[in-house]
Amino acid sequence: MNSEKDCIIKVSDATVRFNMASEKIDNLKEYFVKLVRRELMFQEFLALKNVSFEVKRGEAWGLIGTNGSGKSTLLKLICGILKPYKGTVDVYGSIAPLIELGAGFDGELTATENIYLNGAVLGYSKEFMDSHYDEIVDFAELKDFMNMPIKNYSSGMAARLGFAIATIVRPEILIVDEVLAVGDAAFQEKCQERMHEMLAGGTTLLFVSHTMQTVRQLCDHAIWLNKGTVVMKGEAEPVCNAYMDSLSVSDK
Amino acid sequence: MNLFLKRLGGFYKYRFLMEQLVTKDIKLKYRRSFLGYLWSILNPLMIMVILVIVFSNMFRSDVTNFPVYLIIGQTLFNFMNESTTQAISSITGNASLLKKTYVPKYVFTVSKVTSSFVNTLFAMGALVVVFVVCRVTPNIYYLMIPVILLQEYVFCLGLGMLLAQGSVFFRDIQYIYNALLTAWMYLTPLFYPIALLPDALRDIVVTFNPMYFFITEFRQIVLECRMPDPYLIMAGTISAILAIVIGTWAFLKTQDKFILYI
Repeated sequence: MNSEKDCIIKVSDATVRFNMASEKIDNLKEYFVKLVRRELMFQEFLALKNVSFEVKRGEAWGLIGTNGSGKSTLLKLICGILKPYKGTVDVYGSIAPLIELGAGFDGELTATENIYLNGAVLGYSKEFMDSHYDEIVDFAELKDFMNMPIKNYSSGMAARLGFAIATIVRPEILIVDEVLAVGDAAFQEKCQERMHEMLAGGTTLLFVSHTMQTVRQLCDHAIWLNKGTVVMKGEAEPVCNAYMDSLSVSDK
Repeated sequence: MNLFLKRLGGFYKYRFLMEQLVTKDIKLKYRRSFLGYLWSILNPLMIMVILVIVFSNMFRSDVTNFPVYLIIGQTLFNFMNESTTQAISSITGNASLLKKTYVPKYVFTVSKVTSSFVNTLFAMGALVVVFVVCRVTPNIYYLMIPVILLQEYVFCLGLGMLLAQGSVFFRDIQYIYNALLTAWMYLTPLFYPIALLPDALRDIVVTFNPMYFFITEFRQIVLECRMPDPYLIMAGTISAILAIVIGTWAFLKTQDKFILYI
């Protein structure tokens, strides 16, 4: 009983199936041609194959692997953006997804309007946004630009605003997908600090990164994916080392 | 039942998002234009004046109070036209957002139809102007007008959901639908009296065209100062319920696959 209570994310035997992008059928003519030739169902691609793992409350997991190995797919699966084709995903807690900072910003709207819109996208209420508005603006350090349409922002500025909005809550699960690569060093520092703070407060973290150093710093566990399957999972240090070794072998 | 309650709870949780999306659409529609929201009233008025000039020589003798007749049809049809055209791209247009964060997908479709509805309420200002100019006096049956608007809103919502989910899988639908809208417009008695249609065609329109139900209900209230025909009220309600049931069913059935196609 106790172990079940501690488990906050449980992915069992999850498989995600995509239709191959190159064979995407999005008009009727093509659909019928393919239907007649009976080619319709055959172009599929498994982005994740039988992935199982369990995350306990308060743990920090790093997701590592080469490009296209299924890291982002796994995050999207946990966020509920994707549904598993087979297997189950159970999440017991609130999630703050930072898959892309400022997803859902509308370029025509001003920053103030976007803060409310983005907050709404993340599922916060109006009262909550009202009371945290100043905190967001302070953290993003963009006080003088609040009435400017976001389309005139630089990508770094937009990312700062996005991070400030997404981390204003103390979610039970924080999901971060390589978003910290944007922004200057000072801001990255600030983001890391805030993530450490949240971890100390008992937040569970899922973190995708290609920088082993950051993974080692932030995470106590890691899972290594390759072509949709789990190669290794467990304590961060050995998994990171094994992954680095495999990279240097394939380099030679 | 449990699932239904859960969905209703989700709807409640995301009401702020709905509100934000609707205000965004309305704010952005006229941002940077000099007259702003006034255009919601001016635009239908201008189109009506042009149509009155064009058609006054052709049908005026058959229709009493032609400007009023025309603007009622025009306002209601425009709402359907605008809301469904917006709804059709509501899922594909928000692809970047749907790929990156979890939001109930129907929120986008519902908010598009709702912002068109709010816009139509503004456009009712044009209706009032025409009523005053043409000396139409209000009567007790005006209390039925919100019911007609609700019927049409629910109908558009259903149709919008059906189209939005369809166009995710086949983008062609939006072009086909554009052509169908033109046909639909000419098969709805907007600027001609229904009696002008040949018998066979008229029977089809009277039986199967929901826009005919809504518009005729409205016209009977305003122009004939009476309760709309029970047949029309029934037909309007049934078409609204049918549309929302079919639309919601199709949408819920396919929504998990959207992500693979957007």
